[in-house]
Amino acid sequence: MSHVFLYALVGVGLFTLGLYALIVHPHLLRKILAINVMGSGVFLVLVALAARTGRALPDPVPHAMVITGIVVAISATALALALMLRVQTETGQAELADERIE
Amino acid sequence: MTPMSMIENSRQQTLFRLLLILLLSALAAGLSYVVLSLPAQDPGLSEQVTAKLVHSGVSNPVTAVLQNFRGYDTLLEMGVLLLALVGVWSLGGVPQQRKSPPSDPVLDMLPRLLVPLLILVAGYLLWIGAYAPGGAFQAGAVLAAAGVLLLLADWRPDARASRLPLRIALVTGLGIFVAVGMVLILLGRRLLEYPPSFAGSLILLIEVAASLSIGITLAALFLGGRPEVEPRR
Amino acid sequence: MQDIPWGVLVILLPVVGALACFLCPRRSLQLGLAVALVVVVCVTGLGWQVVELGAQRYAIGGWGAPLGIDLYADGLSLLMLVLTAVVGLGVSVYSTGYFEAGRSAIFWPLWMFLWAALNALFLSADIFNLYVTLELLGLAAVALVALAGSADALSGAMRYLLVSLLGSLSYLLGVALLYHSFGSVDIAILAHRMEASPAVWAALGLMSSGLLLKTALFPLHFWLPSAHASAPAPVSALLSALVVKASFYILLRLWLEIFPPANFALAQLLGLLGAVAVLWGGLLALRQTRLKMLIAYSTVAHLGSLFLAFPMATSIAWKGALYLLLSHALAKAAMFMAAGSILYFGRHDRIVDLDRVAQRLPLTLVAFGLAGISLMGLPPSGGFIAKWLLLEAAIRTGQWWWAIILILGGLLTAAYILKVVGYAFTQAEVTHEAGAVPARMEWAALALALAAILLGLIAPWPLALMEIGLPFGVEAER
Repeated sequence: MSHVFLYALVGVGLFTLGLYALIVHPHLLRKILAINVMGSGVFLVLVALAARTGRALPDPVPHAMVITGIVVAISATALALALMLRVQTETGQAELADERIE
Repeated sequence: MTPMSMIENSRQQTLFRLLLILLLSALAAGLSYVVLSLPAQDPGLSEQVTAKLVHSGVSNPVTAVLQNFRGYDTLLEMGVLLLALVGVWSLGGVPQQRKSPPSDPVLDMLPRLLVPLLILVAGYLLWIGAYAPGGAFQAGAVLAAAGVLLLLADWRPDARASRLPLRIALVTGLGIFVAVGMVLILLGRRLLEYPPSFAGSLILLIEVAASLSIGITLAALFLGGRPEVEPRR
Repeated sequence: MQDIPWGVLVILLPVVGALACFLCPRRSLQLGLAVALVVVVCVTGLGWQVVELGAQRYAIGGWGAPLGIDLYADGLSLLMLVLTAVVGLGVSVYSTGYFEAGRSAIFWPLWMFLWAALNALFLSADIFNLYVTLELLGLAAVALVALAGSADALSGAMRYLLVSLLGSLSYLLGVALLYHSFGSVDIAILAHRMEASPAVWAALGLMSSGLLLKTALFPLHFWLPSAHASAPAPVSALLSALVVKASFYILLRLWLEIFPPANFALAQLLGLLGAVAVLWGGLLALRQTRLKMLIAYSTVAHLGSLFLAFPMATSIAWKGALYLLLSHALAKAAMFMAAGSILYFGRHDRIVDLDRVAQRLPLTLVAFGLAGISLMGLPPSGGFIAKWLLLEAAIRTGQWWWAIILILGGLLTAAYILKVVGYAFTQAEVTHEAGAVPARMEWAALALALAAILLGLIAPWPLALMEIGLPFGVEAER
């Protein structure tokens, strides 16, 4: 197993860990961070497997996809954080009423 | 709640967590197996990219994919970024911050030293993106870092600049991108079909506008609310 | 005429509209309405192009797949675009009366982005591009829900955002696996190169889970009622009519074109979950005390009924599901808009206190009633045609149990619709102060409800449109 696959497996691990944290933790900031960790996992899978070309240069298309993905993730996180602050202002706590996502 | 029911609840919770860990471990194992089952060598689209790279107007393959071959994705993604800002602004004004200490020597000095350097670095990244790793988003991120540094030092844009000029600056990146696309259609080409001789210049034009907009958008996102509105409680 | 890239205009014009509305907040209403009208014209242009020349493929940048991104317009995507244009126009007119000046200036740029996202989604032939459009759609929808400003709306929006992001990331991981297996993200090329492998099964599972979460199929529906009920009424209309249907559309495309047909177990599972959704959603709708919550649970039930086509998988079944999607979208939009008018009027939406709405807002009640007729599946509405097709498919494939679910679903729908209508004729114990409802709002709701009924009368034309490009044409007979 080449080192490329090691990175990809780490990506899978991050995805799963993030999913666990998203489900289990009630605090909204932790959920947002969990989503970010999951996103990083997916990006890592995309980029790691792009290095399998067998030549010096990796496949550039997944790299471009990940750049797009990062920008999208930033935008979503920004909106999520602003929304979280508003929820806290309105309801007094940074948790959703029924405490967890199934 | 009596102590007994609290123990019951926490037992239920522990059971739920164990079940979840079991399920997710199975998921991770399955996905790992799937990843390992992929062939050890696979060129993907790298050969097609290398073949057409000379017609794309830039020599960095990632920039070519981002700004030319798959430029439509980039257009939409800039829409996502602007949309996030509109969404954040729709939620209200800037959240009230805690009072920072009146004069912090580090925060006073740091922007003076770093912001000009950051702008320079951003310009370099923008320019070099055609030949080496770099480009509009990378430059925009560095500009945003400069913006964040200024905001941390309690700098705020002038109140008059916060209205229309700021909005124009935010819109320019996506606006120029769409405008170039539309002009090409009017000239009888397809959307974003750059003529190979002009492709490099068009990409540079779009990237300059884009990095400015991206930098300002990200810094405005850091601010967390609409600047011209009265600060909330 | 045929050289004009209508498809591209349909996507870019709402983007331009969003930018314009953002730059001139004071003019955003006029700009938004103008863009709505022009987009309807462009969709008509595209429709003409597709009908005359057949399914259209457009290579953005001139590169063509797999290097570039393609747009693809066949009968299915055209119908979705037409639906979006009709509902979009109705909601736009309604919104000119619903929002006051401050919130109106914020609504229009967000709505324009949402419309651009929907149009881009329905025309995209590239699964990574679909991811970007899904994110654009999700963020716009969340911001629109939060516009209501109440604690409920903000919590509902937060939950919706987290759910939406989870769904998108799951989908993206599937895209990653597919790209690294076959070297392309173009739908047509993937269909060509497809062969069953562990990576394909994993991708199928991941992408389906993500899309099912966004389409709120039982048991992943938990986020929908709070988001749809607490949003402003025109936003609820858009969400129930269009946004949830977008992820269903992607799932349908992937199912029909990319993934190998030997998914018997998964198809049965989808049908089963759909059946549970129909019954569960219907029963919960009956128990609601607030009108918008009732309508939201009704959406859960009807979304479930869309999935009954998966185990049947014949051309008739798919057409029935698509017809159900179209008529539900029109009817549900009309219903939410009517509920919004009632809310505007009486400042509340408690069902038992509806207080003679029939006499005081007759147009709104007629709109509600007509929409209800389509949802119940009574002739001559679009819902009736849809039910007919699905029942025929169920009997022909010998899976008669889905027919029973459909009939039960119709009975439940009738029960909660008639409950609302009944209360609308009675006098409440405490009469409430009434506010005047702008005529635009009532007429817009009525127009969409009439469209739902009209869909039943003009059935041959949409059914013929669905044939273009043969999206349902090639599948294994069971």
